Amino acid sequence: MFIKNYIKNIFSAVKSLLVGMKRTLYYFTHHKEIITQQYPDNRDTLILPERFKGEVVMPHNENNEHRCTGCTACELACPNGSIKVITKFDISPDGKKKKAIDKLVYHLELCTMCNLCVEACPSDAIKMAQTFEHSVYDRNQLTKTLNNPGSKIMDGVE
Amino acid sequence: MWSFSNIANLVHEVLAEHFNPAITLAIEMVIAGVSVIGLFAILGLVLVIMERKVSAWMQIRLGPNRVGPKGMLQSLADTLKLIVKEGMTPNGADKLLFNLAPFIAMIVAMLLMAPIAFAKDLQMWDLNIGILYVSALSSVTVISILMAGWSSNNKFSLLGAMRSGAQIVSYELSAGLSALAIVVLTGSLQISEIITSQANGWWIFKGHIPAIIAFVTFIIAVTAETNRAPFDLAEAESELTAGFHTEYSGMKFALFFLAEYVNVFIMCSIAATLFFGGWMPLHIGNWHKFNHVMDFIPSSIWFFGKTFFLIFVIMWFRWTFPRLRIDQLLDLEWKYLLPITMFNLLLVTAVAILGWHF
Ligand code: SF4
Ligand code: SF4
Repeated sequence: MFIKNYIKNIFSAVKSLLVGMKRTLYYFTHHKEIITQQYPDNRDTLILPERFKGEVVMPHNENNEHRCTGCTACELACPNGSIKVITKFDISPDGKKKKAIDKLVYHLELCTMCNLCVEACPSDAIKMAQTFEHSVYDRNQLTKTLNNPGSKIMDGVE
Repeated sequence: MWSFSNIANLVHEVLAEHFNPAITLAIEMVIAGVSVIGLFAILGLVLVIMERKVSAWMQIRLGPNRVGPKGMLQSLADTLKLIVKEGMTPNGADKLLFNLAPFIAMIVAMLLMAPIAFAKDLQMWDLNIGILYVSALSSVTVISILMAGWSSNNKFSLLGAMRSGAQIVSYELSAGLSALAIVVLTGSLQISEIITSQANGWWIFKGHIPAIIAFVTFIIAVTAETNRAPFDLAEAESELTAGFHTEYSGMKFALFFLAEYVNVFIMCSIAATLFFGGWMPLHIGNWHKFNHVMDFIPSSIWFFGKTFFLIFVIMWFRWTFPRLRIDQLLDLEWKYLLPITMFNLLLVTAVAILGWHF
């Protein structure tokens, strides 16, 4: 019984090692699988993986409208305080007061690209963009306001 | 037709004409020494760039591709960088041992070069206990590793050196026993005789299954002995920064690095000599025509072809398998490799006595 297990062990170990070696040999001989991007050289044709995250942005439509309601869920979700939602009260045409955002301040220098704010947002107002060339000479420039000046909330988003 | 022995004889005659025998011998030794050092440098450069390219392609990367055509001069540039770097000795280190260790590693590697037959008639020292000499000397490497680890006065270095000691002491056994399998079949420890015994076919084909088992165990033991992944516990970058050579820099580090690669080359050439006939072309029994065609390929190409193929296999191991833990490492040796090689030795002896091999 012991001998049988012993020999079985050896064979299964050798087999699993051979499986691994087959895979690496496949990669060794198939250079088209190479995933390295030669970045500054191929800047124009750069292909980034789908899930690559570069910064948080807030998409606006052609009427300069966004979907953010100012609920501050993203601010609460952010583990390192990179987002600050500054709200104001809009007066709607029928005289009601309505909460809206004044500014959504985003600190790119603090952000870890964890995606939690995007997950937390109930109205899909923010998403991760794939831009990554963020270097600037002054760190103040990394503090961004995500909503465009003069933008307002899209109709029908609560 | 020219051959290496003709060249050697020519050099010898020319020197003997002009100098007395003692000086002739001295000059010949210097020539041999310089060629060994030259071979060392070239091997270091070639193997490092080969390793980097192989590892890159196996990990779906590109590898060095900037310096020179397709990055082929990268290792030359790295060597230049290492030469101009400062070789520091840490304050608390044992100065003598610390500075001696890399040179011992290097000298052992050089001594190991002596009995290797690089081509037909190209062998520095065909001593009659070749295999014993190689297996005895290759374990001296551990002394340099222990010296480096101990004298660095750094716990990572010491841990790496201790692991390396345990490892080399245990794997030396199965490396020796696997090599013995071929010695049993040949009946000689002399490298040149082992090679000529394969004139009608390499041992890996002639020796049936026992030879194949011996080859596999030999390659595993050799990988462990040269401290390469998956057995690179002595360096283990992720746990011990760089193990025994953590404190080394500049050229002293380069010597350790070079010694590692040269050891790989030597061990692979020994494996090629034992199992694949060294410089012996591929001969099959009595197919005289086929054998004759194979003889047209120069013997040095056969030797370096086989050796580099085995080096590639060892690199292939390195970039495929994860590192073993120390207890797994000792398990593998004492519970698996050693019993297998011992049993295999019995099998080989039976084959040799009963004359089952070709
Ligand atoms: S991605 Fe993460 S760190 Fe960055 S702003 Fe969103 S929640 Fe904060
Ligand atoms: S971005 Fe989303 S989560 Fe953040 S305040 Fe606006 S609606 Fe709420």
